[in-house]
Amino acid sequence: MATIQHDVVNRLGRNFSALTSWIDERFPMTKLIKEHATEYYASKNFNFWYGFGVLATVVLVLQIVTGILLTMNYKPSAAEAFASVEYIMRDVDWGWLIRYLHSTGASAFFIVVYLHMFRAMMYGSYKKPRELIWLIGMAIYLCMMAEGFFGYLLPWGNMSYWGAQVIVSLFGAVPVIGEGLAEWIRGDFYISDITLNRFFAFHVIAVPLMLVLLVVVHIMALHEVGSNNPDGIEIKERKGPDGVPLDGVAFHPYHTTKDLVIILVFAILFSAVVFFAPEMGGYFLEHANFDPANTLQTPEHIAPVWYFTPFYAILRAVPNKLLGVVLMGLAVVLPIFLPWLDRCKVKSIRYRGWIFKVALWTFVFSFLFLGYLGLQPVSDTFTMLARVFTFTYFSFFVLMPFYTSWEKPKPVPDRVT
Amino acid sequence: MTDKANLSRRHFLTAATAVTGGVGIAAAAVPFVASFRPSARAQALGAPVEVDISKVEPGAMIRVEWRGRVIMIVHRTADMLGRLAGLEDVLADPASINSEQPTYAINEYRSVRPEILVVEGVCTHLACAPTPRFEVAPADLGADWQGGFYCPCHGSKFDLAGRVYSGVPAPTNLRIPPHSFLTESTLLIGAETGVS
Repeated sequence: MATIQHDVVNRLGRNFSALTSWIDERFPMTKLIKEHATEYYASKNFNFWYGFGVLATVVLVLQIVTGILLTMNYKPSAAEAFASVEYIMRDVDWGWLIRYLHSTGASAFFIVVYLHMFRAMMYGSYKKPRELIWLIGMAIYLCMMAEGFFGYLLPWGNMSYWGAQVIVSLFGAVPVIGEGLAEWIRGDFYISDITLNRFFAFHVIAVPLMLVLLVVVHIMALHEVGSNNPDGIEIKERKGPDGVPLDGVAFHPYHTTKDLVIILVFAILFSAVVFFAPEMGGYFLEHANFDPANTLQTPEHIAPVWYFTPFYAILRAVPNKLLGVVLMGLAVVLPIFLPWLDRCKVKSIRYRGWIFKVALWTFVFSFLFLGYLGLQPVSDTFTMLARVFTFTYFSFFVLMPFYTSWEKPKPVPDRVT
Repeated sequence: MTDKANLSRRHFLTAATAVTGGVGIAAAAVPFVASFRPSARAQALGAPVEVDISKVEPGAMIRVEWRGRVIMIVHRTADMLGRLAGLEDVLADPASINSEQPTYAINEYRSVRPEILVVEGVCTHLACAPTPRFEVAPADLGADWQGGFYCPCHGSKFDLAGRVYSGVPAPTNLRIPPHSFLTESTLLIGAETGVS
């Protein structure tokens, strides 16, 4: 018996390696696995901040899968959209779950990506030689914003409608061509069935295609230069005799197994929201959106979904329309220039001077507080506060070349700690 | 035939095909970009509308829809018209110089007939819908409020001729759509002449 079993295992093994080499002669499968997993060496001192990249990928996959399932029952027309979402919620088997996964996934995507970006700022991951990874990442972020904006119109609730109205009319602020540009984007004189239909096309095919492509490019660039780490040390500079960085461990199996734990913890938290608080008190799904779109009636208080509110607060803080739109746009794109604004050679916050620590925390506080203000109705006090934090938000970037040159960093160790 | 590549020929071929192909792509982009514009159907649906205003009492307002926008038609009383004077100092554009309106609406009442105001109910800030607040000095808008329109989204204020107050986010007065009177009590919105 034992010999027969042994024989079967042997033969299976031989067939498997024959299959592998059959594929490898036609497609670089083993080569890719080595390059990106078993022989990709990442620092051994990763902390939990290094889990948000893989979580973002997981959420992207979740959004694509649930999105495809939603399109099977959703109708992108002004007459039917709102009802088709309610149909999904009530009549489609497990439709409510698929929709809540998708709506919660949108917010989770932004939470995870904001933390991922904060990690990069904290440990200087945008600095040389990783500038391009940061740029591609910012392109991903812009795509996500477009994706979130287009997707938000699809339920055709009243907040969807007026949110889109407000954002599209931002383009109307452009001198001379503004009005024509807004008309071109809408394909009509107002947000109509035509607009909904084209936003659907952008949301389900155009932007996701770019998003997936950019994520692939982002990871390729990362694996070319190698991951940063909480100490901000280039582990490739110190290699063992085998050519493997002394402080590196193979991505698979070491980091993959750790990532599985992170994914599981995330899945538990995510499920808790999906099952117990899918509306998140009106922050993930806004209450005004439970009314169908009404072209003649603005919701009492228009606010975008939470992940756009810091920028919305900046827009509202400026009394001049064109200047408000310009400042809001700048607030979104300024982080692109971080690799060149930051003059300090030291990467990680662990070894940076107090100036940068103060600046970074001021920035984080400004961003969060602007986010809060963007959700509130307008009042004189809030407008004043929004102006103060708009000022600190921009100061972080504009003054960065100065304070990072004055900064006195601590000595950086040779090996990771 | 020679085995050596003729580089100048390669360069010429590359340049020639790139230029021709580039022109082709540019030409093909025109219909793609143009397909985004309002379609023939959208333009037909955006045609002018006829409104019977015989039943709008003095001091009352009706809303009609044109191109998905609210058009507010206010029958102003003599008292309301009187309140328009003397606001010049607190308005951003009292003479409607920087605002959008047909030439026949550039006057102190911003209307063809003084008592009938035809104005778009679309805030010039970010296209929210301003609320009519015709009462004088209500508690929430302050003692100086002479009646007008208030935008609940970002707090822009307009007077009873749709003129914007200074120091609010909206940059210009509320837009006046093209309109004309077909008869004493029939208004055409969206065009100066013709029928709907």
